[in-house]
Amino acid sequence: MDHLTPVSALAADPKSDPGEVRLSQARLGDRGVIASVHVRPDVDHRGLSADELERRLLELGFVEGAVLEVIHEGAIGRDPIAVRLDDMRVALRRKDAVDIVLRLTGDAR
Amino acid sequence: MSTASARIALVGNPNSGKTALFNALTGSHQKVANYAGVTVEKKEGTITTASGRTVTVLDLPGTYSLRARSPDEAVTRDAILGQLKGETPPDVVVCVADATNLRLVLRLILELRQVGRPMVLALNMFDIAQRQGLRIDLEGLARDIGAPIVTTVATRKRGIEDLVAQIEAKVEALANSGALEAANTWHEPSPAEIRQAHAEAQRLMKAHVRPAERPDTLTGRIDAVLLHPVAGLAILLALLFVMFQAVFAWAGPLMDGIEGGIAALGGLVAAVLPDGLLQSLIVDGLIAGVGSVLVFLPQILILFLFIILLEDFGYMARAAFLMDKIMGGAGLHGRAFIPLLSSFACAIPGVMATRVIDSKRDRLTTIMVAPLMTCSARIPVYTLIIAAFIPNQTVWGFASLQGLVMFGLYVSGITSALAISFIARRLFWRGQVEPFLMELPTYKTPDPKSVLRNLWQRASIFMNRAGRIILPLMVLIWVLSTFPYPPEGATGPAIDYSFAGRLGHLIHPLFAPIGFNWQMTVALIPGMAAREVAVGALGTVYAVANAEEQVGTLAGALSADWSLAMGLAFLTWYVFAPQCAPTLAVVKRETNSWLWPTVMFAYMITLAYLAAMGVYHGAVALGWG
Repeated sequence: MDHLTPVSALAADPKSDPGEVRLSQARLGDRGVIASVHVRPDVDHRGLSADELERRLLELGFVEGAVLEVIHEGAIGRDPIAVRLDDMRVALRRKDAVDIVLRLTGDAR
Repeated sequence: MSTASARIALVGNPNSGKTALFNALTGSHQKVANYAGVTVEKKEGTITTASGRTVTVLDLPGTYSLRARSPDEAVTRDAILGQLKGETPPDVVVCVADATNLRLVLRLILELRQVGRPMVLALNMFDIAQRQGLRIDLEGLARDIGAPIVTTVATRKRGIEDLVAQIEAKVEALANSGALEAANTWHEPSPAEIRQAHAEAQRLMKAHVRPAERPDTLTGRIDAVLLHPVAGLAILLALLFVMFQAVFAWAGPLMDGIEGGIAALGGLVAAVLPDGLLQSLIVDGLIAGVGSVLVFLPQILILFLFIILLEDFGYMARAAFLMDKIMGGAGLHGRAFIPLLSSFACAIPGVMATRVIDSKRDRLTTIMVAPLMTCSARIPVYTLIIAAFIPNQTVWGFASLQGLVMFGLYVSGITSALAISFIARRLFWRGQVEPFLMELPTYKTPDPKSVLRNLWQRASIFMNRAGRIILPLMVLIWVLSTFPYPPEGATGPAIDYSFAGRLGHLIHPLFAPIGFNWQMTVALIPGMAAREVAVGALGTVYAVANAEEQVGTLAGALSADWSLAMGLAFLTWYVFAPQCAPTLAVVKRETNSWLWPTVMFAYMITLAYLAAMGVYHGAVALGWG
């Protein structure tokens, strides 16, 4: 899979819109609405197809329009993170959250 | 279909109280088995309706979608679609929903509708929804999803009669019409279809559910402490400490009691039966064999009590969250933490507890390294060898040298387990990392009845296994250590003339390079039954009666006969060697294949051999030969 860009390289790319942030880059307390969940097919998702990862995220409620807030971070490298997602709480690794783009709302940041 | 009986299946998201509802419906009329060909647990029970109809209830593993990802979820999908080998499809599907968390289950309901089987929706934990001031328009929602809705509080058995009545109505309607409500149009949804279903679920939420006036804030407040980067980890460590204490300290008296009882029973039978083969088979083979397994029951029960309580409370997902980064460094999943922890008591419950890991690869890696954790059966062996060879002195002014060696043995077990899983991940399963995506459920007070029921089921599974797998093994090892009898006028210990003794002599050349004498290799053979049996076997070979009580005497004999290098090599062997047939048997059972126990045996014995050889020759080079 040498032709694929590693996920870590992508994580550094800043979104052009300052009001948007990748969930992998979000900080504790960031809140907003999910703007897009498009898992990039040209990136190596460590053995999982982009389509499969996208469906798993969608099935757990990471869908456009869902309200999200980062409520906890792990002790080492601030990873994994726990988010409040509509009425539930979900934990995930930052690596798997790269393609969830959050439109920040309120006074966050 | 017969009008007298019917089959229903319970399906729902994880943490929806599905199992509590199953318990409320079926009471004590339930049994746990495995589905044919897969290691997924099958929970089935029966209810008798007011009209005398017998309804079989199947409790299916929780899922967010029929698009299955784990073996558990595949069972749910196949059962609902009627594709499960050896199972008839359910007549009615009962979807169980947490009334306070409806969004995701509404999407699952839309998928279930496509299957076309008659459905009833049980809105469980309805009391909590009411307390929170959540308003649900039941009639409107029922109309829109096309299924009757019953509100239930499973833990208080509320709404159960209503639910049974609705199920029966559906069964009768099915019997009368003789056809399903609609044709099965289900297929794996595409991302676009999942989005569409979410939109539809959102529309249903908006139309029929008014948000809670007093939403739950307790979970958030508890999480602020339990998931705190520093306090959270400290609490987790404290919990582990208490768990360890409980497993080793509380279980002690019970284990002594069981051992005493077994010994007394053995003595009683020995007094009644005449000396001879039958007496030996019953006392040394059967009673001692069952006893050596039974003695671990208290530890297993205490361990599972903790695990079930923490799971029901909702803490396990938090423990996985806290440990994920640390475990992830070694290529393990956050959820592998609890099974590995259990393995400090005994690898058998540890291997059984790996069922909480969804991904097959992660589960296999965890199973493979679980026996490297220092289980309690190694303690007697370690104690004996340390007493014999490590001087009882203080180092650095405060630490006992013997204690340090014991600690070192534990650390070797842990580090080698982490190293092996790291290597397995790098070499064999490269690039395959399951995402860590997990719901953190709302905290709930565990229901004592359901905890006890669960504990009882764990205990019976363990005992069942002890009976079917471990017992025959113990009898086999008894046969090997007993026959043939020593010849007339023999001078050596009886075991020396048996198959086990001969086998020990036969394989001794293989073990000579790692410094073992023939007495050690002979002790390894009965030691396959359980690690601590090796202590008794060494006692037999060195003709020390009651070796387990008189460790001092045996330790004296050993230190006179072995060099320090030999003692260290034997200790190292016990850190790694697959000296436990029951564990291998349980791995066979859990993976449903002979491949994995074979792989486990091969890698562990190679590791043990190489490590013991290194330690032996290193020690000899240091002049400890």
